[in-house]
Amino acid sequence: MSQTYRPDTPEQVADLITWALAESTPLALRGHGTKAALGRPTNTSHALDLSGIAGIVDYAPEELVMTARAGTSMAEVRAALDAAGQMLAFEPPDWRPLLGQPHGPADPPGTLGGLVACNLAGSRRISAGAARDHVLGIAGVSGRGEAFRSGGRVVKNVTGFDLSKLLTGSMGTLAALTELSLKTVPRPETSATVLVLGLDAADAVQAMTRALGSSHEVSGAAHLPAAMAARSAVAAIAGDGRAITALRVEGPDPSVAWRCQALRTELTALGPTEALSHDDGAVLWGEVSDARLIADPADAVLWRLSVPPAQGARVLAAVRHGVGEGHLSGWQMDWGGGLLWLALAPTPEAHAGAVRDAVAHHGGGHATLIRAGADVRAHVPVFQPQPAPLAALSRRVTESFDPKGILSPGRMAEGR
Amino acid sequence: MRMPDPDTDVIARRARIARDLRRLVPDGSSNSPVGEGVIVDEDELRAYECDGLTAYRQPPLVVVLPSTTEQVSKVLRYCHDHGVKIVPRGAGTSLSGGALPLADAVTLGLGKFNRILDIDYDNRCVVAQPGVTNLGITQAVQARGFYYAPDPSSQIACSIGGNVAENAGGVHCLKYGLTTNNLLGLEMVLMTGEVVRLGGRHLDPGDLDLMGVVTGSEGLLGVITEVTVRILRGPETARAVLMGFPDTTAAADTVAAIIAQGIIPAGLEMMDRPAIHAAEDFVHADYPLDVEALLICELDGPEAEVDHLIERVAAIAHDNRVVSLRASADDAERALFWAGRKAAFPAVGRISPDYLCMDGSIPRQALPRVLQRMTEMSRRYGLRVANVFHAGDGNLHPLILFDANVSDELERAEAFGADILRLCVAVGGVLTGEHGVGVEKRDLMYTMFTETDMAHQQRLKCAFDPGQFLNPGKVFPTLHRCAELGRMRVSGGAVPFPDIPRF
Repeated sequence: MSQTYRPDTPEQVADLITWALAESTPLALRGHGTKAALGRPTNTSHALDLSGIAGIVDYAPEELVMTARAGTSMAEVRAALDAAGQMLAFEPPDWRPLLGQPHGPADPPGTLGGLVACNLAGSRRISAGAARDHVLGIAGVSGRGEAFRSGGRVVKNVTGFDLSKLLTGSMGTLAALTELSLKTVPRPETSATVLVLGLDAADAVQAMTRALGSSHEVSGAAHLPAAMAARSAVAAIAGDGRAITALRVEGPDPSVAWRCQALRTELTALGPTEALSHDDGAVLWGEVSDARLIADPADAVLWRLSVPPAQGARVLAAVRHGVGEGHLSGWQMDWGGGLLWLALAPTPEAHAGAVRDAVAHHGGGHATLIRAGADVRAHVPVFQPQPAPLAALSRRVTESFDPKGILSPGRMAEGR
Repeated sequence: MRMPDPDTDVIARRARIARDLRRLVPDGSSNSPVGEGVIVDEDELRAYECDGLTAYRQPPLVVVLPSTTEQVSKVLRYCHDHGVKIVPRGAGTSLSGGALPLADAVTLGLGKFNRILDIDYDNRCVVAQPGVTNLGITQAVQARGFYYAPDPSSQIACSIGGNVAENAGGVHCLKYGLTTNNLLGLEMVLMTGEVVRLGGRHLDPGDLDLMGVVTGSEGLLGVITEVTVRILRGPETARAVLMGFPDTTAAADTVAAIIAQGIIPAGLEMMDRPAIHAAEDFVHADYPLDVEALLICELDGPEAEVDHLIERVAAIAHDNRVVSLRASADDAERALFWAGRKAAFPAVGRISPDYLCMDGSIPRQALPRVLQRMTEMSRRYGLRVANVFHAGDGNLHPLILFDANVSDELERAEAFGADILRLCVAVGGVLTGEHGVGVEKRDLMYTMFTETDMAHQQRLKCAFDPGQFLNPGKVFPTLHRCAELGRMRVSGGAVPFPDIPRF
């Protein structure tokens, strides 16, 4: 019989995992369940719901650090940050629309622990780092049923192994997170977005490379082909009809105005430019970070590729060639070309061979199957397959935290 | 400092081990001028007997100096198969004894890995061998206006591989992060000789973030043979403000107010009176001498932004009882402001025969309290202390002045230092912000961590190096066998069913 347990305290989490160990009963870890469709299916009958371990424990804006229980709702986190004029610099995305989850104002928004467990980051990743770069300390219960801590509440800390980094992005396979300390930063006073219009993928990468190599501190560099741009909620973009290459600058008013103008001047040889207001920019970067514009059609399989940024267009061309004409139904680039989202026609293999070959032949990186049916995710490796010595090391690392495979077994790779 | 008991059997096999290693790493010949491969001569070994933490010394069993990844792999495989421990060593500038040799261990020096392999401006990264100096990376790309952001004070000498092992910081961490935030890829050799690559020129891991946990692992998990780091285009302009305060509270309040107003300076450093005087006597940076605390605040970006922020910082300082304030007019003056701060350690070295440099991190708001308590301790221990402080990110560097030739002064200095670190932990901070645990802070680990916390770290070590051959005696106060750590105390059905809400 399938059961979901929802403990209220970290002590109960430890008790429950100890019980699960004794009974050899694997548990699927979850928060609000908004990202349950990420990763490989776990085939567990019992679930451990951590959303009851909730609440902000300590938020000191002047110290630039927030400590919160892992099950804290992202809505609560955002509200506290907003009130203090701060943010999480890695621009946490909301993948609910992408993953077909309800995303109205009353629907569960996801938890802080879920965000960290998946190491998600939005467009500002290219300049500010990912979730893993902002997690200062972590508490959790490992697959041995033991509560432990790592890190702390200060930015500079090299005391012991940095387990916080390892646990961030481990998809609940190493430990059930119970408490997190994250670095917060002041929200920029304002921002502006420069649009270069009508570029193809190769020219777009060139424009983004030039902008990111400039001294203008570009905090977002993305490209939407015309078909995707047409879906934007920003009227000026949807109405224009051309592809857009978007470059964001943030900071104090005089600085933003100056850098925006400088970028337009420097990029004008590549194509016509426009400037987008702070408010319109916020809508656009939300769409890009959440990959909302490629979510349709709902049956398309979605891949997320991390590649050397300057290789973005080449990888895209290789995928287009590899999967065959007509199979690529949508795409977008972020992180200056280093993050490629692909929407492909559904097949049992999800085109994994063509996609991963394209990455391997153009400078390496990794491809993650973000959206596909559970049956596909069960047999196509969702995460990038590793060479044998590395795969064996990853397995030993997982076993060092979860020797009996109690925590979300199989979520990352077969057997772990 | 108690180190693991040396293995007398290994020491007895020294000549044989040296001969075998020489076969794996031969001396250079005239057509392959790579110098000596294995060092056994006792006088030559003395050059390796300590790192930057000079209070502890121990000549290594032998030193091996490979020049290729393949050689590193063979050496590790050999040592793995023959039960010989390894102490990896970069430039030997560690301030925590991370590269302190062991009598029964081979010191594996990476000094020959000194080439930059690729500069990739389009992907904004540099691929380098681990022995390249931190400053060497910046120098390789500065003609094109780029730089490598983390800048530890030892950047002229310290190696990029050592920076990864220690997760080195510097004065620009507040805005640009530590080594871990600027690292894209690694090639690493495991103790078995297996070579693995983590990351690359792309962002984020495609699986577990092993690179994240290898960074700062102090040579306990593997030997790094190649690094890929992120480079940044330098800011258009940078200016610094030098501010003197009548007491440290006023300076600390200024720091808090700058950050509360949403300003993240490129660097924000504090010095107390003894440090100011020592630095001024040494480099003549024209620091004010009639103040109790000095702040250096650097702002970078476009000129319009920097000028705007300088005005705001000055206004904040005026609201917080600043008594002297100067903004740099040009790069030469900005460099002069920094010269005193960057030379603070050697400057203190001139006024005292010996000093210990501590490295705790604290929440910024605890600073006045910690400095007050440190003054009291200074009186109690009868030892002077000078403070330099990465004020922006809460990383303290108290320098405890002592004379090793005076009986019990080293012991008193160490006890004083340990008290400071316990205080850091007590106010919500940590033992080490950027220098590493090494041997120096090893025995204080339990002030911050429980047995269970430490066991989770040690089991990770076992996943990488089950024989515990790599850098034993560092970081962990007690050595447990991996089999013992891995044991599970679970009895089927014996645990009462927990009383937990179910749905």
